Amino acid sequence: MKTRNFSLKSILSALLSTFFLFNASSAIAVTEIQWWHAMGGANGERVERIAAGYNESQSDYVVVPSYKGNYTETMTAAVAAFRANEQPHIVQVFEVGTATMMAAEGAVYPISAVMADVGLLFDKSVYLPAVASYYEDTEGNLLSMPFNSSTPVLWYNKDAFAKAGIDVPTTWDEMESASRALLASGMDCGFSFGWQSWVMIENFGAWHDIPTGTQENGFAGLDTRFTFNNEAFVNRLNDIYEMSKEGLFKYGGRRGDSLSMFTNGECGMWMNSSAYYGSMVKQAEFEFGQTMLPLDTDVADSPQNSIIGGATLWVLRGKDQGDYKGVGEFMNHLSSAEVQAWWHQETGYVPITTAAYELSKDQGFYDSNPGTDTAILQLSLNAPTANSRGVRFGNFVQVRDIINEELEAIWAGIKTAQEAMDDAVERGNALLVKFEKANN
Amino acid sequence: MIERRPIITFLAHLTLVLGVALVAFPIWVTFVASTHDAVRMTHIPLPLLPGDQFFVNLKTALTESISGAGSLPVGLMMLNSLIMAMMIAVGKITISLLSAFAIVYFRFPFRMGFFWMIFITLMLPVEVRILPTFEVVANLNMLNSYWGLTIPLIASATATFMFRQIFLTIPDEMLEAARMDGAGPMRFFWDILIPLSRTNIAALFVILFIYGWNQYLWPLLITTEKEMFTVVMGIKQMLETAEQSPDWHLIMMTALLAMIPPIIVVLSMQKMFVKGLTETEK
Amino acid sequence: MLKRVHFGPSILPFLLVAPQIAVTLVFFIWPASLALYQSFLLEDAFGLSTEFIWLENFTYLINDEIYLDTFRRTAFFSFTVAFLAMSTALILAAMVDRIIKGAIVYQTLLIWPYAVAPVVAGALWVFMFDPTLGIFAYALNTIGYDWNHKLNGGEAMTLVILASTWKQIAYNFLFFIAAIQSIPKSLIEASAIDGAGPLKRFWTIIFPLISPTTFFLLVVNIVYAFFETFGVIHAITQGGPYKATEILVYKVFYDGFVGLDLGGSAAQSVILMAIVIVMTVVQFRYIERKVEY
Repeated sequence: MKTRNFSLKSILSALLSTFFLFNASSAIAVTEIQWWHAMGGANGERVERIAAGYNESQSDYVVVPSYKGNYTETMTAAVAAFRANEQPHIVQVFEVGTATMMAAEGAVYPISAVMADVGLLFDKSVYLPAVASYYEDTEGNLLSMPFNSSTPVLWYNKDAFAKAGIDVPTTWDEMESASRALLASGMDCGFSFGWQSWVMIENFGAWHDIPTGTQENGFAGLDTRFTFNNEAFVNRLNDIYEMSKEGLFKYGGRRGDSLSMFTNGECGMWMNSSAYYGSMVKQAEFEFGQTMLPLDTDVADSPQNSIIGGATLWVLRGKDQGDYKGVGEFMNHLSSAEVQAWWHQETGYVPITTAAYELSKDQGFYDSNPGTDTAILQLSLNAPTANSRGVRFGNFVQVRDIINEELEAIWAGIKTAQEAMDDAVERGNALLVKFEKANN
Repeated sequence: MIERRPIITFLAHLTLVLGVALVAFPIWVTFVASTHDAVRMTHIPLPLLPGDQFFVNLKTALTESISGAGSLPVGLMMLNSLIMAMMIAVGKITISLLSAFAIVYFRFPFRMGFFWMIFITLMLPVEVRILPTFEVVANLNMLNSYWGLTIPLIASATATFMFRQIFLTIPDEMLEAARMDGAGPMRFFWDILIPLSRTNIAALFVILFIYGWNQYLWPLLITTEKEMFTVVMGIKQMLETAEQSPDWHLIMMTALLAMIPPIIVVLSMQKMFVKGLTETEK
Repeated sequence: MLKRVHFGPSILPFLLVAPQIAVTLVFFIWPASLALYQSFLLEDAFGLSTEFIWLENFTYLINDEIYLDTFRRTAFFSFTVAFLAMSTALILAAMVDRIIKGAIVYQTLLIWPYAVAPVVAGALWVFMFDPTLGIFAYALNTIGYDWNHKLNGGEAMTLVILASTWKQIAYNFLFFIAAIQSIPKSLIEASAIDGAGPLKRFWTIIFPLISPTTFFLLVVNIVYAFFETFGVIHAITQGGPYKATEILVYKVFYDGFVGLDLGGSAAQSVILMAIVIVMTVVQFRYIERKVEY
């Protein structure tokens, strides 16, 4: 059947010619700055706008954003690229990757150093302390540029609360009674949460000013070990498990999967990132509000501050030294009050500078969107202590999943809270040891 | 069929309808999802019947480009996917036909060595060796190119293995007859072997085309230029909304669009599967 | 296996295998050796500090109870998926072969799932089985069964088996159809004239004659179930809940790609590769004997 082979050949030659057509490279007159990010959906467009804004403001540099997958994929891509000497200038890394990035001294170019080396003025004090402190080294130098940060808040269904005739809870005891009232008024469940390691372990520790690990949650040394299997955590988790038996709490997934449980009217309360604001607006067909996380009065008398999640922008070494001036200028552009205020208002992420926060206030944003400043207020409630600056544990991506698994074992009734947390600490510590060894 | 047994034909149809229902149901769900708007797609129960937003969503997907993918139009992404899929399918079939032919029909030193070397590629799929492969490709300066996208994916033995199986079933008399006619090995290859393997080449083409079309992880790693993005990467980007709900209606619409070329390939290969075209009858 | 009638040695066969060998060497052997080498190292993600630790990565794994559990789980998962996918596809292919009207329609509809990219397929199944939003979950709820695969390990395993099998049925179906259709009509007719009923014809003629394809699919299906299914698991359960669906290849990908533990992940790939090689050799040695060429 010679005809078949001819068509194969013609297809092949057509392909080859198309290939050569497409591979014509264009000459670049300006210096390109590669920015790898993980912002999908609408946020991806917003990233493009930020880059475009900078590019239009000057003609020496062009920032080129590239979507490289989700947070995990982007980080791995950057690592692989670095090993092959093809790394970008800037990469967006989620907060759980901080320890890995920090430990890679030969690969990472701290922001404070970039700014100093290219001669740009850099005033760290303009950044919200709770945001900056997560990404500082022990000497107070800022390592990476905060970009999209959020913090968990307590979302609640205002209509359902009115129907049940209850007030907004501020403590865990009140969470329980509120849930009961909601159930009595016909709801299926009282509350749920997502990103549970971040919300119920890391932030629980910070909010109540207790550590999750030794060595200042890992900030002070690679020989940190976990401590969250103590009474405070275990009792709280156990309480929640008991509540779940009555239907007051329902587990809905590791990340944001349980969002629909809230927006569908199934659960009256939801503890998760403040950055879900956009989705809330789109999906909830009821009046909703956000308030600060509940306090466990057995553990602390008053709340400390919450910690951030999200991602930051890290600069990588190994590119032409001249490029870094553009990198520095872009970072300044990013942190300008206008850009940050816009980004914050559009996305629900926290504005990283006090100036942006003030600007949003002046623009009346919080008046027309009440409750959207809960996150900032929560983050800046108090000056961060050693227990509430954040966490810095190695191999933390995997540790988070271990914590997820052990928590799931509690919700499913397979293990007691004490057993699960003991196992989580044991398995987590093994990973910390491995990280310590690999980075010495 | 040979005899008429209505019961069996009926049973056959019944089984097939059940099979189709089971197998095609998720596709139906995709279609339904693409015909509703964003809000409807977050309320239970999710719809089972189509809504009226099909053309609205279609227009959005085609004209407003996939959000976050850097304003690359769906059409251009689909072209990239097309080129990638074609190159993989054609490339793999070609080199596998040649290798299988050599291994089955020639006695030469290291024959079995080559066979096992090729065959071992089945044992370690791309995802597992992806990081070292990336280093190799970067070292060869093949990033952001169609060659880099496709050639590493050709290095697996499925097609060679399959052709080996087919060639082994071909009766020896065919070769003897060809030799008596004075045909050399390559004549035998073009004129006899390939036509006999036609149905399998067609099946493989479908599989490989779709395999190439659906690649995600590998193109993600080695492309940074938006112009090289494939449509599956675009869809995944729409799914990755860290703190928002995905736009299911648009995602499903794009997924539908992304399914069209593979379907076309499947349809056009159908006639190769029709019974009775074999020429082994003497 | 070599054909009884074949060509003698010359330069030609070397030329014929050259393209594939070249590609294999550069894009498989070379990276695989890199991976093998990495399994003896302890290094940080960026490769800035590497330490040669010989077999420590391996001993760490063998002593890890959780890792050993994964073996049992993987075996169960893989064989179930391979068996279900192959038998369903075979039945459907045999049925399509029986009818004339509508064959093309059935064929297209049954092959369609294969056209769906794994990421999309995963999203679809998440969609349909989501405890809150999913259609199936909703249906099960109405008959009183509270489906929650995010908490129930058995349900999670069922779900990933379903999703993996679903894709693979289409693949197997395609090859079975091709194989069945290339059986000469004359053989079937002759057998019918001899008085053999359809079932007898199937087992005595069709099944043996498609055995080369069946063998091919057996090997491929098991390899698929061991390796390619990680995409589905990644999309649906991420190995959870509480490791109920974490199979060997998922762990390899996870530790390497997500955890950036390249040494440990490489060690796991080596072990995994060894297992599959052994299984394949066994299949070639013992099962291929039964195949009729």
